[in-house]
Amino acid sequence: MNETFTKSMARNIFFGGSLFFFLLLVGLSADTVQRLPERDNRENLTPQVALGKKVWEDNNCLGCHTLLGEGAYFAPELGNVYVRYGNSKEAIKGFITSRPVDGIPGRRSMPQFNMSEEELEAIAEFLKYMSEIDTNDWPPNVQG
Amino acid sequence: MKYQSQKVAKPYFIAAIGLFVGQILFGLIMGLQYVVGDFLFPEIPFNVARMVHTNLLIVWLLFGFMGSTYYMVPEESKTELYSPKLAMLLFWVFLVAGALTIVGYLAVPYARLAELTGNDLLPTMGREFLEQPTITKIGIVIVALGFLFNVGMTLLRGRKTVITMVLFMGLVGLAVFFLFSFYNPHNPVLDKMFWWWVVHLWVEGVWELILGAILAFTLIKVTGVDREVIEKWLYVIIAMALITGLLGTGHHYFFIGTPEYWLWIGSVFSAMEPIPFFMMTLFAFNMVNKRRRQHPNRAAVLWALGTGVMAFLGAGVWGFLHTLAPVNYYTHGSQITAAHGHMAFYGAYVMIVLTMISYAMPMLNGREAANSNKSQVTEMWGFWLMTVSMVFITLFLTGAGILQVYLQRFSDAPLPFMIVQDKIELFYWLREFAGVVFLLGLIVYIVSFFVKGEEARLKPAEQTLVE
Ligand code: HEM
Ligand code: HEM
Ligand SMILES: [Fe+2]
Repeated sequence: MNETFTKSMARNIFFGGSLFFFLLLVGLSADTVQRLPERDNRENLTPQVALGKKVWEDNNCLGCHTLLGEGAYFAPELGNVYVRYGNSKEAIKGFITSRPVDGIPGRRSMPQFNMSEEELEAIAEFLKYMSEIDTNDWPPNVQG
Repeated sequence: MKYQSQKVAKPYFIAAIGLFVGQILFGLIMGLQYVVGDFLFPEIPFNVARMVHTNLLIVWLLFGFMGSTYYMVPEESKTELYSPKLAMLLFWVFLVAGALTIVGYLAVPYARLAELTGNDLLPTMGREFLEQPTITKIGIVIVALGFLFNVGMTLLRGRKTVITMVLFMGLVGLAVFFLFSFYNPHNPVLDKMFWWWVVHLWVEGVWELILGAILAFTLIKVTGVDREVIEKWLYVIIAMALITGLLGTGHHYFFIGTPEYWLWIGSVFSAMEPIPFFMMTLFAFNMVNKRRRQHPNRAAVLWALGTGVMAFLGAGVWGFLHTLAPVNYYTHGSQITAAHGHMAFYGAYVMIVLTMISYAMPMLNGREAANSNKSQVTEMWGFWLMTVSMVFITLFLTGAGILQVYLQRFSDAPLPFMIVQDKIELFYWLREFAGVVFLLGLIVYIVSFFVKGEEARLKPAEQTLVE
């Protein structure tokens, strides 16, 4: 590298640049947190939705599915499953409860989680909640 | 090896390689489940195999980073490690905690594990890469604190170099950003937003400092190039890494409920993220071309150059491929993501750890500088088998991804997810085949440690250059 460009200049760019952009990230994140209420559907964030999120996490659903495009790519996107199933929570609950314990021979199968009625209702409500977040029109179509 | 206490690196490296084998076995299980859906169902469901695969990856890379640190810091600081005993204690704590966690994943259903470990008290589980029970996470923090204390005390009393300072900043950053794994709000958008402060700010932030420091250290050792030159490169690389990577976080804020301005910020800054990776490639090749000595450990030189190239391909090229918002709109959460994730993790972090192991292990085994030529040739076979098969894994997943995106998201008549998966089955078979070759490469690599033969030595004139 060039001789006129010294090590201490490089060091200053590193410390100055990193600090500046870190503070910018913090500032923008703070601004984002301020603006989230317009987009994140929080008016519907009921205790039942919170329970649904807990059920989602406790069963590691994200280990197979994506949720708003994040997670695993083994099974369908679920951020919009409520819409895909014709805006029906019953259809979601029906799918979850009808999974065979030993799976479907030769096919990718979802485990039978033996959820209580309360948990089922909560997870369906959570998935409905997810479908109502403003995601800049993602996914491109209903197939997720 | 100049300091006795560098020896503690050895168990860390051995554990790292052992867990690496476990990671790949579970990768192959999943790869088969992609095509033979009921393989091992319901004993090992896909999500369980995936947690084991990804968590083992992270844990063994952490073992690798810690081992590398223990090897580098005494030599750079010109003093013994503050407490080798603490280092060994933490080794066992981390290994046992890690093993118990993996056993927990495999032995009981995840929901039961959550219940048994008291996830209700402070729910942090069930999020990608952060699946560990809360008590394991607390254990990780304790191990990290002990580790940073031990290394920090050593640094304080010894010579301070740019390399150790950068390394230490990277390690502190790693620990600090991990704390965001304890933040799990009910609001899913907030949860997702700050989840990336662990994942993105790790791999495209502070880990790059660790990567740069290890690369700089090994390059000084194997090329004998002047420290001043290497340190200047290191500063420029990590400066570019953080200047682009911090706001680059925005490439994950396109479609999760965060405001529209991230479409621009994320695209623009992350599009520049390949720059530091490209500079690492230039760095490695330049230093090797300007070398002032012919180090007898040619395998280590190969790994260092390989890291430069593969990190740029995996993170730089495959990252850029899907990082602009209009592209990511179609590729988000598809096999394209998986393709990139594999080559980036392998090219950057797996390969830098293996570079360090390759450089340090001969000395840790009591040799002067390098293994026998026969052993090195075997190791290089391992290098090529693993690296080439990883290129193919990436290409096959990219093929799968392009078809998936087209059929499911782009064509005039989008098809359902599972139908599309059936149609692209061939690519998954090819990926699994490449994965088996990867495993073979890993076995060859491990075998190389046991190949005997006459030790390759430094030429007498060059011994003085080992500073
Ligand atoms: C060699 C055989 C391997 C096979 C067959 C394999 C297979 C897989 C599969 C099937 C997944 C899950 C994808 C999904 O969610 O649907 C996965 C995820 C992952 N694997 Fe591997 N893997 C292998 C090696 C590796 C290696 C060597 C690394 C690290 C360098 C690695 C790192 C990862 C990462 C980071 C993920 C998460 C990816 C993401 O979230 O996008 N794997 N792997
Ligand atoms: C060594 C450095 C890197 C590693 C280890 C890495 C690894 C990963 C992994 C594992 C994911 C999947 C995360 C998930 O499961 O949701 C991911 C996502 C992503 N990475 Fe990287 N990455 C690196 C660097 C980069 C760079 C430099 C770029 C841009 C140029 C980039 C662009 C992206 C994008 C856009 C996504 C989101 C994909 C999606 O929307 O599904 N990455 N990365
Ligand atoms: Fe990222």
